[in-house]
Amino acid sequence: MSSTTNSPTHHTSTIGAIGAPSRRNTELALLVFAVVIPVFAYANVGLAIDDQVPAGLLSYGLGLGLLAGVAHLGVRKFAPYADPLLLPLATLLNGLGLVCIWRLDQSKLLQSLPNFVTAAPRQLLYTALGIALFVVVLIFLKDHRVLQRYTYISMFGALVLLILPLVPGLGANIYGAKIWIRVPGLGSLQPGEFAKIVLAVFFAGYLMVKRDALALASRRFMGLYLPRGRDLGPILVVWGISILILVFETDLGTSLLFFGMFVIMLYVATERTSWIVFGLLMSSAGAVGVASFEPHVKMRVQAWLDPMKEYTLSQQGVLGHSEQAMQALWAFGSGGTLGTGWGQGHSDLIKFAANSDFILATFGEELGLAGIMAILLVYGLIVERGVRTALAARDPFGKLLAIGLSGAFALQVFVVAGGVMGLIPLTGMTMPFMAYGGSSVLANWALIAILIRISDTARRPAPAPASNPDAEMTQVVRPS
Amino acid sequence: MSELTLTVMRLGFLAVLWLFVIVAVQVIRSDLFGTRVTQRGSRREASRPQQSGRQQARQQATPPPQRGQQGGGGRRGRNAPTKLVVSEGTLTGTTVALQGQTITLGRAHDSTIVLDDDYASSRHARIYPDRDGQWIVEDLGSTNGTYLDRSRLTTPTPIPLGAPIRIGKTVIELRK
Repeated sequence: MSSTTNSPTHHTSTIGAIGAPSRRNTELALLVFAVVIPVFAYANVGLAIDDQVPAGLLSYGLGLGLLAGVAHLGVRKFAPYADPLLLPLATLLNGLGLVCIWRLDQSKLLQSLPNFVTAAPRQLLYTALGIALFVVVLIFLKDHRVLQRYTYISMFGALVLLILPLVPGLGANIYGAKIWIRVPGLGSLQPGEFAKIVLAVFFAGYLMVKRDALALASRRFMGLYLPRGRDLGPILVVWGISILILVFETDLGTSLLFFGMFVIMLYVATERTSWIVFGLLMSSAGAVGVASFEPHVKMRVQAWLDPMKEYTLSQQGVLGHSEQAMQALWAFGSGGTLGTGWGQGHSDLIKFAANSDFILATFGEELGLAGIMAILLVYGLIVERGVRTALAARDPFGKLLAIGLSGAFALQVFVVAGGVMGLIPLTGMTMPFMAYGGSSVLANWALIAILIRISDTARRPAPAPASNPDAEMTQVVRPS
Repeated sequence: MSELTLTVMRLGFLAVLWLFVIVAVQVIRSDLFGTRVTQRGSRREASRPQQSGRQQARQQATPPPQRGQQGGGGRRGRNAPTKLVVSEGTLTGTTVALQGQTITLGRAHDSTIVLDDDYASSRHARIYPDRDGQWIVEDLGSTNGTYLDRSRLTTPTPIPLGAPIRIGKTVIELRK
């Protein structure tokens, strides 16, 4: 890993920029790979379920390839120095998600449910829209620093997005969480997914300006640095409002996501460990507080603490109990190390939300531990590239924004995967790129587009410094 | 579809998935960018075998070892110094083998020993062997002067073995 030597003993080293090569051909090769893998999986599902290669194989492969190609051309044209891995990784996850949703569509058990809809064609449409949004963001966001101008507008935008589902007539209460809005003719939309990005813009813009005040103008109290109220005030208010809204909307996953993102960005901006301590204290206090009075959340916590008991109660027909947590664990368990193989598991027994919140259980059953590990690594690589982008970014706003977005992405993966696997209470969020859901796919493609834009700016070779003939003569007095 | 085919496909898919992850990690490995730290002198002396890490940083000023005898250097006595050692300053520990070449000292990039010393001039001093193989130090009109033992140099002066030559905060001496 190349890095700047700051050590005063290494003065005889010259430090110059290595122009990162454009890497677009690497990206193309990886992209082809990332399209071939889901096509392989698709053929595998067809062979396992119907004993024949599915009829739509060619069109599916071409469709996914075409979408990936469009995205690649967009990157090639509008962000030529961008990170070569972000797009292929996202494409792979999206493609695998599509295959898994299509595989669950084939399930006879799910088809017999009253509210069954074939989800795969819709998800393909959402993917196409997501890629379109990706390219549009790349075209219109020429420089991510433009977003800095909209710091406070983003704050209001995020609040409006979060309040929208509570507006009577617009919001829709689906399965106990009021996080959707109905758009006539389009279906329902989940504004919280987009609020994630907008809020990251606000935090980045605000913390960039205020970080010195937050980090330095502070009192020391019991070994922790407490910032002044007026520096902290606005951001705490925004946080409080978003948490309150989320409590009223009973969407705790998103609430956890926002708060985690807030703490991560605050920590990165100020380098004060005290924020992590505060963050953990506040989030645990908030979680305990909410769980004690909110029945929807209470049920989730009970299902987390004792899934088997919840399952038994649910089987006995007692209302208000969830069998899913136990079913997801069984799915993972029956998958074992190497899985049952595509199309041969029985994760469709998780009837409700098998293809959205619980999609990871299907992967766990059919690909086993080996497959889940690979998928989590792919998510991890996306986060790694985001953090690397933040490290390489030259402007503090870009740094904070990239950290915020990749932190939010990582938290979302953690909250969903941890919930499905029983590590933390289930919170009902979508696995980025994989789960069925238009808002999630669109928002995450936009997120990747912004990361690609920042990485393009960061990796663009800086203009070579003009050689200065006087430099040799100048005597710099350096304190040593 | 036979059980065997499905098993092969199942394992094959996992293998391909992992192959993708491994390829992606390889891309990251080859994707280092950012700042490059160039050791001064390494460009001029590309033939020098690369040393690694800290050692390289310390010994960057070491010139390429010349295989043959120095030409025209004349005979050298038993007590001829074989190396120049920096004994104080930021470059402490750097050694340069003395093989008949002229050693320049200064802040200039192309000096044999690049001094990072606020009191050193760009081209501060040089050390060279005269016809008899005696090593001579000469001040090149530096601002703050070159000292041999305690006295400031005014003319090229032969260097006794082990005598400290002081340039700013840096002290060098010749050793056997």
